[in-house]
Amino acid sequence: MPNPFLSMKAIDKTFGKVHALQKAEFHLQKGEVHALLGVNGAGKSTLMKILSGVYEQDMGEILFEGKKVRIRSPKVAKDQGIYCVYQEVDTAIVSELSVAENILLDSIVAGTSMFISKKKLNSEARDALKQLQAEDIPVEKPAFMLTLAEKQLVLIARALISSAKIIIFDEPTAPLSIHESTKLFSVIKRLKESGVGCIFISHRLPEVFEICDRITVMAEGKFVGTYSTSNTKQEEIIEAMLGTSYSKDFPVRTHTLGNTLLRVKKVSDGVKLRNISFDVSEGEIVGIVGLVGAGKTELAKTLFGYSPHTEGTIEVLGNTLKIKHPKDAIKAGMALIPEERRKEGLFVHEALQTNASFPNLQNFSRFLFMDKRKEKSFAKEIVERLQIKTSNTETPLVYLSGGNQQKVAIGKWTSLDSTLYLFDEPTKGVDIGAKTDIYRLVREFARKRKSCIYFSSEIHEVLGISDRILVMYDGQIVKELSREEATQERILLYASGGKEE
Amino acid sequence: MQAEVRKNKLQETGVNFLFKFGAIALLICIIIYFSSISDAFFTYANFTDILRSISIVTLLALGVTFTLVVGGFDLSVGSTMSLSTVVTASLMVWYEMPLWLVLIVPILVGVLVGLVNSFLIVILGIPDLLATLSTMYIVAGFHRTYTEGYSIYNNMPLTSGGTAPGQFSEAFLWIGQGRLFGLPVPVWIMLILVIVAYIVLNHTRWGRILYMTGGNEEAATLSGVNTRKVKFIAYIISGIFASLAGVLFTARVGSGQIDAGTPLLMEAVAAVFVGYSVLGIGKPNALGTFFGAAVIGILLNGLTILNLPYYAFDIIKGTVLVSALAVTYIYAKKRFSRA
Repeated sequence: MPNPFLSMKAIDKTFGKVHALQKAEFHLQKGEVHALLGVNGAGKSTLMKILSGVYEQDMGEILFEGKKVRIRSPKVAKDQGIYCVYQEVDTAIVSELSVAENILLDSIVAGTSMFISKKKLNSEARDALKQLQAEDIPVEKPAFMLTLAEKQLVLIARALISSAKIIIFDEPTAPLSIHESTKLFSVIKRLKESGVGCIFISHRLPEVFEICDRITVMAEGKFVGTYSTSNTKQEEIIEAMLGTSYSKDFPVRTHTLGNTLLRVKKVSDGVKLRNISFDVSEGEIVGIVGLVGAGKTELAKTLFGYSPHTEGTIEVLGNTLKIKHPKDAIKAGMALIPEERRKEGLFVHEALQTNASFPNLQNFSRFLFMDKRKEKSFAKEIVERLQIKTSNTETPLVYLSGGNQQKVAIGKWTSLDSTLYLFDEPTKGVDIGAKTDIYRLVREFARKRKSCIYFSSEIHEVLGISDRILVMYDGQIVKELSREEATQERILLYASGGKEE
Repeated sequence: MQAEVRKNKLQETGVNFLFKFGAIALLICIIIYFSSISDAFFTYANFTDILRSISIVTLLALGVTFTLVVGGFDLSVGSTMSLSTVVTASLMVWYEMPLWLVLIVPILVGVLVGLVNSFLIVILGIPDLLATLSTMYIVAGFHRTYTEGYSIYNNMPLTSGGTAPGQFSEAFLWIGQGRLFGLPVPVWIMLILVIVAYIVLNHTRWGRILYMTGGNEEAATLSGVNTRKVKFIAYIISGIFASLAGVLFTARVGSGQIDAGTPLLMEAVAAVFVGYSVLGIGKPNALGTFFGAAVIGILLNGLTILNLPYYAFDIIKGTVLVSALAVTYIYAKKRFSRA
């Protein structure tokens, strides 16, 4: 092996108490497409943010073209020739400016001349697009009129024109169609031929194997290994990604199922979800697992009537529901604990008791007037039953920890006696103690013949808590596994778009 | 290091104190100051005078309060009041309508303006400030076009020749000029509406839904609230309050003054924001709004006694508004940074 083009050695980074990276390693050759893989929280984005100058490492060194470099800011990274094409392209595009101006943005900003020649600008931009075989994008068009895929190309062209040596692609294909992805891959191949090193982050294994030369796997902030795609199997990569530490045990649950409560038939939303069918019985916990961007939140919100479905039907106890608004779903007995609880689930500046009573104000009022005593006693009841740590029920929720806030978001539905609970990433940003409490709560609901759908990207959680597991990939349910059949490896394989041979 | 921490702490308690008691402290200072320099100030007659003078602004401000509660804003209340004023006067003077119609039609006009505002904001998605800024001008234009630019008074000459047939009835004028149990009628109307608004906002299910929609629209929707409908209702309420203010104004001065509401917009908005901070509530609220209107009313009354020219009053009103905003936003910043 020749001396690597880029070496990141023994990189350490801590945020507060969280040790995000421990002796992370990454080595890139010139003209190589190198994938960086790992489950959520493995540290890939932190490592890439260090490379692109967003953070600086606490320990470890970066060697670039044989020299030791300190990348103190994004500007330093750019000066070195390290560019990043983010998943959210819009954050890097100035939508009112033309394509040409966007491509040459860095040189315009850094330039010293007072006047900018439109002609020169346009011809330079055109040259850059030609290198990417994207001449069909008109350089004078304002950027907001472009498709996502075209915006990505503009960002790549911007990197090229500044003679980028390394381009980081952070999940570039997530928002693209298959056709657009194929086109992007041919652009990446061209970049590779011209000697640019490409770092490719993706959750989709098939495409990683298609275009990458090597794969580096990270788990829990550590370097696991670097593999060559030509002599490695998908299963080996999956095993490496999962690491060894996942062995949290959930007590085995014995349960008997009742009638079918929810039946979802061929639901599509015309955007992300395609042909979703499954059912849930009374007293059952169904886990829906998928990686970030698989469409779990979209499915939860569609079932709950927050976003519409264009095709298919949703039945509860055999009756087809007309769900146009969350209030219809609530009437049918559903409750949603949304992923972004501060943004979507709670009124964080309001008192605990105000939050607790809100979904069922009818129950806490006489005629029109609020019955504050009843409200308070219900709040006290859930504080006790859910073991919420708070000084009293009038405390605004901002003063509670994430876990205790989440318990309020769950407990507030219990006054309605909902029959179907949709939990969307309920343990996100919650400490270990509260996590255990939340698992216990979900189980308790199921024991009381309530049905639960548990949406999560944390495979071990879904594995531990569910009676049955549905795996989502790219807006579809690609596999159903019973509790006995399911293993972390199989779930991750299907969630990454792979198939068993 | 420690000194700095202590300094920060002092600063924080300072902000908290200002936020909670600033408006009350200001009110007390104003009263003491004006009482010390004028014997006419601290008298029962002067206080009922002040209450009567703030009654119209308070009604406008209550409407603005409702739109702020749902996280919106209504700049068009002043123009709506002007329109309602000339409509009320014209119904009496031009068309000799019976009293009940004279009272109902302006309210319907207010509802209509509210509907237009909510259509622009909720259905079309225009930001509230810009939408109501536009309707403010459109409604103002309508009311001037309607009267062809003239104010309306008893037996006025008409552009079509002759004089207007009608007059303001005694019963109607009583609403604005009469007295009941030792207080002017407008003061009673104001007090009743303040109390009703307070009860609705703070003690009913509806109030809860209004506040929650303003607090976090997405969470309210996911809790089953039809937030679009709630916002529609808030703008309609605002329109109704503005038109009531117009009716009251007509009855008070006994003529249909043109542009009656325009100068009151700023006072109303200032009243609401002074009210935000009363006792540290930190939200738009009915009692706070009344209190805010009172602070401004007392201030203006005192300045009148001091013979400050009327054309300087906007400086004072603007300063009160900006101070209330400053206290509110500095406090909000502290509160959010902790969250």
